[in-house]
Amino acid sequence: MSDGAVENASNEAGEESGTNSRRYFLIQATSAVAAVGAVGAAWPFIKYWTPSAKAKAAGAPVKIDVSKLAPGEMLSPIVAWRGKPIFVVYRDQSAIDSLEGDTSGLADPDSKNPEQQPEFAVNPWRSERPELGVYVGICTHLGCSPKYVETENFEETGQGGFFCPCHGSKFDLAGRVVAGVPAPYNLEVPPYRFESDTVIVIG
Amino acid sequence: MKRILITVLLAIPVASWSASSSDWPMQDFDGDLQNLPSLQNGFKLYANYCMGCHGLQFQRYERTADDLGIPHELAMKNLVFTGQKIGDLMTTSMPREESKAWFGGAPPDLTMVARVRGTEWIYNYLKTFYVDDNRPLGVNNKVFANVGMPNVLLDLQGVQRQVCNGDDCSELAVDPGTGLLSAEEFDSAIYDLTNFLYYVGEPARLERQRTGVFVLLFLIILGSFTYLLNREYWKDVEH
Amino acid sequence: MDKTEAQGSSSGLAGAMEWVDKRFPATETFEYHMSKYYAPKNFNFWYYFGFLAMFVLVNQLLTGVWLTMNYVPSGDGAFASVEYIMRDVEYGWLMRYLHSTGASFFFVVVYLHMYRALRYGSYRGPRELLWLIGMVIFIALMAEGFFGYLLPWGNMSYWGAQVIVSLFGSIPYIGPDLMEWIRGDFLMSETTLNRFFALHVVALPLVLCILIFVHLVALHHVGSNNPDGIEIKKNKDENGVPRDGIPFHPYYTVHDIHAMVVFLFIFCAVVFFAPEMGGYFLEKPNFEMADPLKTPDHIAPVWYYTPFYAMLRAATFPLFGLSAKFLGFVVMISAIVIPMALPWLDRSPVKSMRYKGSISRIMLSVFVISFIILGYLGTQAPSKAGTIAAQVCTALYFAYFVLMPWYTRVEKTQPEPERVTG
Repeated sequence: MSDGAVENASNEAGEESGTNSRRYFLIQATSAVAAVGAVGAAWPFIKYWTPSAKAKAAGAPVKIDVSKLAPGEMLSPIVAWRGKPIFVVYRDQSAIDSLEGDTSGLADPDSKNPEQQPEFAVNPWRSERPELGVYVGICTHLGCSPKYVETENFEETGQGGFFCPCHGSKFDLAGRVVAGVPAPYNLEVPPYRFESDTVIVIG
Repeated sequence: MKRILITVLLAIPVASWSASSSDWPMQDFDGDLQNLPSLQNGFKLYANYCMGCHGLQFQRYERTADDLGIPHELAMKNLVFTGQKIGDLMTTSMPREESKAWFGGAPPDLTMVARVRGTEWIYNYLKTFYVDDNRPLGVNNKVFANVGMPNVLLDLQGVQRQVCNGDDCSELAVDPGTGLLSAEEFDSAIYDLTNFLYYVGEPARLERQRTGVFVLLFLIILGSFTYLLNREYWKDVEH
Repeated sequence: MDKTEAQGSSSGLAGAMEWVDKRFPATETFEYHMSKYYAPKNFNFWYYFGFLAMFVLVNQLLTGVWLTMNYVPSGDGAFASVEYIMRDVEYGWLMRYLHSTGASFFFVVVYLHMYRALRYGSYRGPRELLWLIGMVIFIALMAEGFFGYLLPWGNMSYWGAQVIVSLFGSIPYIGPDLMEWIRGDFLMSETTLNRFFALHVVALPLVLCILIFVHLVALHHVGSNNPDGIEIKKNKDENGVPRDGIPFHPYYTVHDIHAMVVFLFIFCAVVFFAPEMGGYFLEKPNFEMADPLKTPDHIAPVWYYTPFYAMLRAATFPLFGLSAKFLGFVVMISAIVIPMALPWLDRSPVKSMRYKGSISRIMLSVFVISFIILGYLGTQAPSKAGTIAAQVCTALYFAYFVLMPWYTRVEKTQPEPERVTG
């Protein structure tokens, strides 16, 4: 057996198995410690990708003043929270009535998907107050921003709502998705609270 | 050969590029980032006396408050005067162009001043303003000759003048009773302010050193294993 | 105990390897470069640095890619984005210090790696090409470091780059136009920053990786030199294995892994406790944003260029019809490339310093000491005494090379041994 200047330290069979098991143990132990080190070294590289202080500051809660909003209108210009458009709609009484009425054309009229709204918005209006709806204006299909449709009514629901121009998804005035369109879920309701009667804090 | 190399390497003094040299005998400054009360007081002094002109444009209120152990509410109420949000950068609202006209140059941003000039420089600079009627603002500075900044800490320190022995004007003295703080109190205030700028220069410094201890300890453990592994294999090689 | 099981799994693994080997020479490559690459058994301390250089390269590539994710290569954004990384990005400070410290350590290990070659004659035949490729790597690395140094857009970055680019202005006739061409502007500007950025993060890393690959291919073709400077391939056993060789894997893998941990300890001590290294690794004026109207009081390049910078400044007089300024440029460039001639300058019958005569030893020592003194002088503000010292050291630096054909022939050498020693 020749491997250059290497002589197996142990020529006798018994010694050889001792050497091998010692080597096996040392390799295992070193690898285990090195694996811990590799995870530790990888951690900063992974953490580096999480939102920075700047992103977090930009994602801080946003205040929205709704004092000038009239019934039937959607707040304009659209406010962004964490870079996402926030739709604030002021529904008149007839709109509220129709939200509480027939829901046969909707995919999830009772807001059964807990991912799409906070607990307080599980109601026919999907909002804290019946007249003020607050929604993330991003279609749950592929992320386009729907348009506010107030003047004409969707045939499925007999009322207005939000229409996504990308793939034709429709949502009612409570952001509930119409059955039979590509979008799978209702529009997301962001976490929000009323700081005063006319000021909403999103986030 | 190896020995010569090492000796020569060790003999090289540490490079020192001081921002501006002066003859003033500098007092030592030994920063302490663990001393939160000092840093908090430094922040307060900075917000009250410096922030109007000198921004800290790369540092955020939130991080500073968190690192210094100041609750956000308290920080917003007492330290953020400009209507900014807690997550904002600590910029100054002073208009650059107008300030150029007032002082002959825009007041520099001080985020990195402790790294550019060193803490010792800041500490001595802030303590060595003195009355000099030949200057447009009526003050001069021992560390930064012909400085264009007024002595904003005048009411704390009191009126400081040169004491001259013939041509030798290397001493400064404060007119008794002109300042709100005693000499010791003023020194300690300047210490806190400098300490705060030391923190702002590199806010991650403490975290860096803490992490470093763990990393080095881990490497010692890993190193003992790799040492044993190496020794085990090299038993095979005839020397 | 579970020997059968171990065998079972290894045969499963062996089966998989067989599948791969039919399609890709995995085992063959591993054997050729690792387990059946026979390296001399007498490697010493100086033989760690090649591996360590590769390790630092990996560190630079990884941290560099991560830094690029947040760096903004624009005149307004560059400096701020570095501070953004240092403060707002999670572990950004660590990435930046790993990268900046890595740059300095890259040169530390590369200089030691090159010194090893001088000490043991690793540049001599049959390794001339290996040496030349290595020299090209060194020059590419200097360029990589130079372009990278501008990116933080600090005041030292700015003026340092300004000075180096101005060197090209000393070239007769084409100088001024060349300078403008390099900068793409009439002064160092965002345009310059953008092209340096592209070169630093894309072009030169690519070139370096390819060159290092070629360097390794050349090395494994001719085989490693060793401290005795004798060819172990001349003495093979009946199986064709050098009698003084040992398989690189596992013997030198465990060796190098241990060296890597020791190196990491020193490296991390700097990263975590002295990333500025007293102003040598991160210079104070560089914490101030680039200001085209205000030069720092004292400009010096980073320490790893200072030996060459000192030689540049040492040329204070015109010579052979060259202006002092252009002469400095010529001296500096010559100093960088002259080691390429070493394989043909060294006429000694032996390779290693162990068997060379005393003149070679003295010349090498003088060379190293001059290089270190030049490095020191390059960090200092110019002074009269410093300039004279730099001139003497520059002369000694070149004397090592220019006089080599003479002194390696006249000195008395000792006989090389048949087999490697200790």
